[in-house]
Amino acid sequence: MTLSKIWVYAEATDGNVSNTTLELLTKARELASTVEAVFGGDGASVAATLGEYGATTVHATGDLGGVLQGVPVAAAIAAAVAGGAAPDAILFGTSYDGRDVAGRLSVALDRTVITNNVDLEEDGGALVCTEPVFGGATLVRTKFTGGGPNIVLVRPKSFAAEPAGGAPATVEALAVPDTGAAGAARVTNRFVEERSGPSLDDAAIVVSGGRGLGESDKFQMVEDLAKLLGAAPGASRAIVDAGWVPYSYQVGQTGKVVKPTVYIAAGISGATQHMVGMKGSKNIIAVNKDAEAPIFGVADLGIIGDVHKVLPKLIEALKARG
Amino acid sequence: MPISAKNDPMNIVVCAKQIPDPAEPGALDPQTKTLKRDGKLILDESDMYGVEMALQLAEAAGGGEVTLVSMAPDNKVDGLRSGLAMGAAKAVLVSDPALAGTDALGTAKVLAAAIGKVEGAQLVLTATESSDGYTGTVPEQVAAILGMPSITFAKSIEVRDGTVYVKRQTDAGYDEVECPLPCVVSVTAGVVEPRYPSFKGIMAAKSKPLDQLTLADAGIDAGSVGWAGGGQEIVGIEEAPAREAGEIFEDDGSGVDKIVAYLENLKIV
Ligand SMILES: Cc1cc2nc3c(=O)[nH]c(=O)nc-3n(C[C@H](O)[C@H](O)[C@H](O)COP(=O)(O)OP(=O)(O)OC[C@H]3O[C@@H](n4cnc5c(N)ncnc54)[C@H](O)[C@@H]3O)c2cc1C
Ligand SMILES: Nc1ncnc2c1ncn2[C@@H]1O[C@H](COP(=O)(O)O)[C@@H](O)[C@H]1O
Repeated sequence: MTLSKIWVYAEATDGNVSNTTLELLTKARELASTVEAVFGGDGASVAATLGEYGATTVHATGDLGGVLQGVPVAAAIAAAVAGGAAPDAILFGTSYDGRDVAGRLSVALDRTVITNNVDLEEDGGALVCTEPVFGGATLVRTKFTGGGPNIVLVRPKSFAAEPAGGAPATVEALAVPDTGAAGAARVTNRFVEERSGPSLDDAAIVVSGGRGLGESDKFQMVEDLAKLLGAAPGASRAIVDAGWVPYSYQVGQTGKVVKPTVYIAAGISGATQHMVGMKGSKNIIAVNKDAEAPIFGVADLGIIGDVHKVLPKLIEALKARG
Repeated sequence: MPISAKNDPMNIVVCAKQIPDPAEPGALDPQTKTLKRDGKLILDESDMYGVEMALQLAEAAGGGEVTLVSMAPDNKVDGLRSGLAMGAAKAVLVSDPALAGTDALGTAKVLAAAIGKVEGAQLVLTATESSDGYTGTVPEQVAAILGMPSITFAKSIEVRDGTVYVKRQTDAGYDEVECPLPCVVSVTAGVVEPRYPSFKGIMAAKSKPLDQLTLADAGIDAGSVGWAGGGQEIVGIEEAPAREAGEIFEDDGSGVDKIVAYLENLKIV
């Protein structure tokens, strides 16, 4: 049995559809006979990619003129649902705008949102969501009991994105009702923080540093090591909050979810909120001076040692190999 | 046109969640399948940033009251007292046995009702996500129920002439976002450095007004919250498959060789 229709909230930057969107479309194909996308922007710019990953239609609002997505997109979806277009479920990635739209929509439809999911399945016509708690040690499965559409937030990298080879999605206009003062928050400027090397999303290797590095300057060791390995540098929240590195480096619950072939954690304790972001890595190497650090609980190779000794030597050893 | 150096006094509400101490290991109640919350509750660290931000914004505006709003079981107030000790003027707590099992939407309904009782609230601050629930949806839900605009993921906030200016975190960096008041803003950790309450602050907090409301006082129908209002049911709790135990070595100088050998084995170097 499958659900009859799922909508996926699609996100894109400059016409590049986000990986999370593609992951959700891929999973939705498995769960429902019809998969469609909802997009807060110009549908033509994303129709080809969304179609390739299985969306037959993209319901698009057209350009929102810088208004934050939450209010207009939720209002538009709610109006479409009221007009009889309700899908069984609407899937959102756990992203800035995804949470905004899902939260607003839940009020508009008076429906619960099930959040932080890493897996979805269909059981007797109902959607069952799996959420990890306690840093991923326990999995909680939750089923919707109220009427649809079910509103679901899914963590990035929960599923592998696979193209289905579909034709470009048909673009259909999704009318945005007047949202009055509620829709007044507007973006006036965008700033991109420069970072070098591969991105955390795509890198096969990630080297992350934490508070154990001791001081801001020492993050250079992480950058150097990352460069030598062709890896993306990452960080724990402790050093993002301390201002050593920009937020875009953060791995974890409120940062990026990464699943590289190798994850190297240097001077990171392994708080549950960090681990939910990297536990899915194929191989984990940890360097920490505290034998009791929780990170060793998930490490395939753990070195109980001082990052100020181990990292410089490792950098030398890799340089010597050329 | 003259530019006013100061804003008009501004009343600010901060949503302040009280949670079990995260330093203590969490557990699920096997009966109710919710997080156990029987011990002392403390102010969620994530909300300390909101309290601090509110105090600074009120000061910059040249006055105005900071009010804390919370929903918690068993009339717990310790976390709220911490926020009052930091400098908030008063607090409103909604506590009711019928709230057990309330989801994020129900929580937002309760918080919005409590915020509605605060006179002249121009700005509502929350954290982007709570430390124990981390749904991250409550801020938008509160805003939607209040019919207010909102800006999530603020890494800095300024208010000038009735408009709030926010740097909002994005994947690539940040966006500058602006919105006329009243508005709901969710703040990220690190947006400001929360102050430590002074001894004087702690003493003063004991006598600051703390309004305790039941669901009926807040004007909320018990059927729309709690287990009944949720629309979801937990059908399974399982241990996640554990990772295979790795090899842990004390670094006697050969730690580097072990790492290099490991990477060689994966054909990475
Ligand atoms: C709601 C919420 C969301 C959060 N989201 C995230 C998130 O997305 N990502 C995240 O990372 N965190 C997150 N956190 C924070 C998390 O709880 C931890 O505080 C944080 O991960 C700790 O960072 P750390 O490991 O760098 O620092 P610490 O916990 O201070 O650990 C430093 C480690 O370095 C080791 N060390 C010290 N000196 C040396 C040395 N010379 N050599 C080797 N090792 C050394 C110490 O033994 C220690 O284990 C979140 C917290 C909350 C409440
Ligand atoms: N019970 C509560 N009492 C007060 N504030 C809350 C409560 N639940 C959530 N909030 C606010 O909403 C934010 C996001 O919570 P959540 O959606 O649960 O991650 C929190 O950080 C608080 O600022």
